[in-house]
Amino acid sequence: MARSRQRLVLSAGMDSIGVALRRRPKPVEQLIRGLLFFCATVSVLTTIGIVWTLLSQSLLFFKQVNPFEFLTGITWQPQIGEFGVLPLVTATLITSLIAMLIALPVGMAIAIYLAEFATERVRSILKPVLEVLAGVPTIVYGYFALTMVTPVLRSIFGQETVGFYNMASAGIVMGILILPLVASMAEDALSAVPQSLRNAAWAMGATRLEVTFGVVIPSALSGILAAFILALSRAVGETMIVAIAAGAGPKFTLNPFAAAETMTGHIVRISGGDLSYDSIDYDSLFAIALLLFIITFGLNILSRKIVRRFGEGAA
Amino acid sequence: MKNTEMARRLSRRRNLGKVLQLVFLSLTILAVLVLGVLLGNIIDRSFGISAIEYVSKYEDISADGALLEDSDDTALIETIVLNLRPRTLDAFEAEKPLDQRTRVELLEILEKELLQPSVVRSWSLMESLFARKAVNAELQELWPDAKARWRSWVRAELLLGSQSMDPLYAGIRGAIIGTFITILITMFVALPLGVGAAIWLEEYAPDNRLTRFIQTNIYNLAGVPSIIYGMLGLSIFVRYLVNVTQGRTILSAALTLAVLILPIVIINTQEALKAVPQSLRHASLALGASQWQTIRHHVLPACMDRILTGAILGLSRAIGETAPLVVVGASTFLTHDPSSVFDRFTTLPVQIYQWTSLPGDAWRNLAGAAILVLMILLLGLNSFAILLRNRYRKEMKA
Repeated sequence: MARSRQRLVLSAGMDSIGVALRRRPKPVEQLIRGLLFFCATVSVLTTIGIVWTLLSQSLLFFKQVNPFEFLTGITWQPQIGEFGVLPLVTATLITSLIAMLIALPVGMAIAIYLAEFATERVRSILKPVLEVLAGVPTIVYGYFALTMVTPVLRSIFGQETVGFYNMASAGIVMGILILPLVASMAEDALSAVPQSLRNAAWAMGATRLEVTFGVVIPSALSGILAAFILALSRAVGETMIVAIAAGAGPKFTLNPFAAAETMTGHIVRISGGDLSYDSIDYDSLFAIALLLFIITFGLNILSRKIVRRFGEGAA
Repeated sequence: MKNTEMARRLSRRRNLGKVLQLVFLSLTILAVLVLGVLLGNIIDRSFGISAIEYVSKYEDISADGALLEDSDDTALIETIVLNLRPRTLDAFEAEKPLDQRTRVELLEILEKELLQPSVVRSWSLMESLFARKAVNAELQELWPDAKARWRSWVRAELLLGSQSMDPLYAGIRGAIIGTFITILITMFVALPLGVGAAIWLEEYAPDNRLTRFIQTNIYNLAGVPSIIYGMLGLSIFVRYLVNVTQGRTILSAALTLAVLILPIVIINTQEALKAVPQSLRHASLALGASQWQTIRHHVLPACMDRILTGAILGLSRAIGETAPLVVVGASTFLTHDPSSVFDRFTTLPVQIYQWTSLPGDAWRNLAGAAILVLMILLLGLNSFAILLRNRYRKEMKA
């Protein structure tokens, strides 16, 4: 079959040779293309793996524990069969909130300074510093929280007020961790604002600061908002800092100076110990992970939606 | 009248601008300072004075009551023979006869088995340097028997020593070997897959729903918290593929990390491929090269520097990851160094985490020293990336 077609092509002159080459790519080319496609599908398999793992194990858990009780209970004590996830959720929220309180103002200040005020020279020094901050492993931040920030907090507010393990210290350091993310994403958004807008405002007699706050920031708002949301998602999923500095043992408290365990911190502590695979404790970790996944996934989608919907209009 | 009013307003607006600019600048400097404090804190913890107490003193247990400094090798052996339990003594003799050992080896046995030092308190570098009086006062008041010694926690024994339950002797050899083997496998799995996926998405993929779905999916995966990857690894690699990976082994850890950095590698490589001008591809295709020939001989070489940088960024992320490895099941204590991919594992960040969680000053010092090693390792890797990139750029230009 292939031979006969080849003979046909040969007899048909130059034109048909071109056609034949286009129609029948070499098998090696096809093979490579297939291999590369397989590589691309691995990411889809990963997602399927994550969703399937979390769902199937959580289902085992929810067969024994009412989902409503799981979401509204305020005690997490697997030993006595109490699986209320709220203590873990509140601790996650408090640490993330403290982190955002640190990272948002400082990150925005850095972004504004870099995008609107800094000279090229200053920028070329500061940006690498931010990159270094972003590249430090989170375990190092955890160590920093426990050995540096906690003692400082305790000497400021008193040993009785601030626990040896506390959410405030973890939250502050988490703020430092997400600071480069906020700063660099917000700076990108500010820099993307067309120069003509600034020029127009300057021509109207606005000062540099008025240009920044009256024109640049409003037009970059969607990008900035997306950066904030992504940073929040990162804070919610951050593990090692809270595992080291925020304390062990789920506790329902709103006091930032008290010790409490976050969702991520709990997963790491329990799975780090000896855990039998067929226990409800094991399955409960997957239920927590599922909740965590839903929260961070939702925040990420929201962040990307905002960029897509409003980002194009501003640029 | 009007003019002065306007001038006053103008100067007020300008001043407000100057003040706020100053605020922005000082907050930026603050961030730089934080980095300094972070590094300073680690160094501060890695060196300093330690108060060491001994279970027994040499002059109390020695055969002739002499001080350690005055005793020669024979006296040391005599003391060891006199005090050591017969079974332990036999074990040492079987390993290497005492009279053939050097003085350093004898002192080591003496210290570990008989004198048994332990750190009761350690001070940071700053305290040791600038508050020496307070240190001495505290020492005399609380631990009159303890000896104050300068100690660098970053030492050869830390790098070469095996795990130990005693902070004075614990080392990170096993953790370093574990890190290297894990990262090597992660690299061999994640780089080909990641670069391949990026090439398909940038060079081959038609603009249809499937492609857009895969692309969105990759962005979403990049935002999934690392601990979720740990759960994935625990459930898939450790439990379901137990016949392949043998459970909580280096292989499981490496595969988990590979899946974790895959989206990062893909996105970085895509950025690199996007930066290659379209005209290069057109020129190659116009000369009759096939698509793969175009990619292989023209597109990839043109952006190899960027791909390598992206890949190394991904690997440094993998080196520093802790949470997923703890979840996958890093060992708390290794009895022997990992030598194959089916061995139980620990890595440098996991070791740091475990040491930080232990009570006592000495473990914190040790963790600080280990962090210093980790940071130097990462710094080395990143410098290597920059070097590689510069060299590649030069070659391309030549």
